[in-house]
Amino acid sequence: MEGELAHIGAGLAAIGSGAAAIGVGHVAGNFLAGALRNPSAAAGQTATLFIGIAFAEALGIFSFLVALLLMFAV
Amino acid sequence: MADEAHGEGGGLSFHPMDQFEVKPLFGGGYDVHWYTITNVTLWLALAILAIIGLMVLTTSKRATVPGRGQSIAELMYGFVYKMVEDVTGKDGIKYFPYIMTLFMFILCANFLGLIPMSFTTTSHIAVTAILGFGVFFAVTILGFVKNGASFLGLFWVSSAPLPLRPVLAVIEIISYFVRPVSHSIRLAGNMMAGHAVLKVFAGFAQVAAIAPVAIIGVMAIYGLEVLVSAIQAYVFTILTCVYLKDALHPHH
Repeated sequence: MEGELAHIGAGLAAIGSGAAAIGVGHVAGNFLAGALRNPSAAAGQTATLFIGIAFAEALGIFSFLVALLLMFAV
Repeated sequence: MADEAHGEGGGLSFHPMDQFEVKPLFGGGYDVHWYTITNVTLWLALAILAIIGLMVLTTSKRATVPGRGQSIAELMYGFVYKMVEDVTGKDGIKYFPYIMTLFMFILCANFLGLIPMSFTTTSHIAVTAILGFGVFFAVTILGFVKNGASFLGLFWVSSAPLPLRPVLAVIEIISYFVRPVSHSIRLAGNMMAGHAVLKVFAGFAQVAAIAPVAIIGVMAIYGLEVLVSAIQAYVFTILTCVYLKDALHPHH
């Protein structure tokens, strides 16, 4: 029984991946919106873009880790 | 963990997570001690050899007009140098060799992991945690050596209103100590997830009805993985630069 519950929990943890997708899309979309208004400033901000994406994505990776732990470690 | 996936006739004949198993190279079994030469050791050594081949052998002639190999090496060097200079400023250039080493090592390990039947060393948290905690300890010690006790000003946001500062200090301290964890798990998680997805799609290719879709899917995801490998090496390096900048200039 506990094994099945862990699998359900792993599936629920996958919701976090979708949430991280929203976050990453938000960062990239807003960067693009800003870059199209002022293309000359865009090149200097790609580093900031990647840092923002990395931070947004980290939490999605955490949820993936929770899923993996539930599948293989619990 | 993989036993129930094996032997289901017509289903997956391999488990997507099988590729991450650490096995001794010589003499079978799964008995791994700290001195055992495993597939991790082999692929870490190959990553080092790839870096030596790219960065040392190609540039040994020091040609004025660079050849193909030397051009790649110079581009890499210039790329990382500019990143360090842009993010940490002039006084961060001293630490460029460390950051360049990190970048080349992660990039080569990620790319070697993409070779079919190879082993992705950076998909193991044991490998990336050493890199991540290495950066964490280096940066923390450097911050205290350079700034003394005023390095703690990093946690005391002097631009915020006074009543808010203790709250912000708690948040800053938590986020500071989560850094090495997120830094290492981001790389390992991205690599592991991508390679597992590749294997899952490869498993779909056994079913004749969806095999063409699965094969096109594997190709597309492989292309995405090449991109992710490079981006994760870049992200790891640029976050190291950001942490280094915090250590050198702790005041907001």
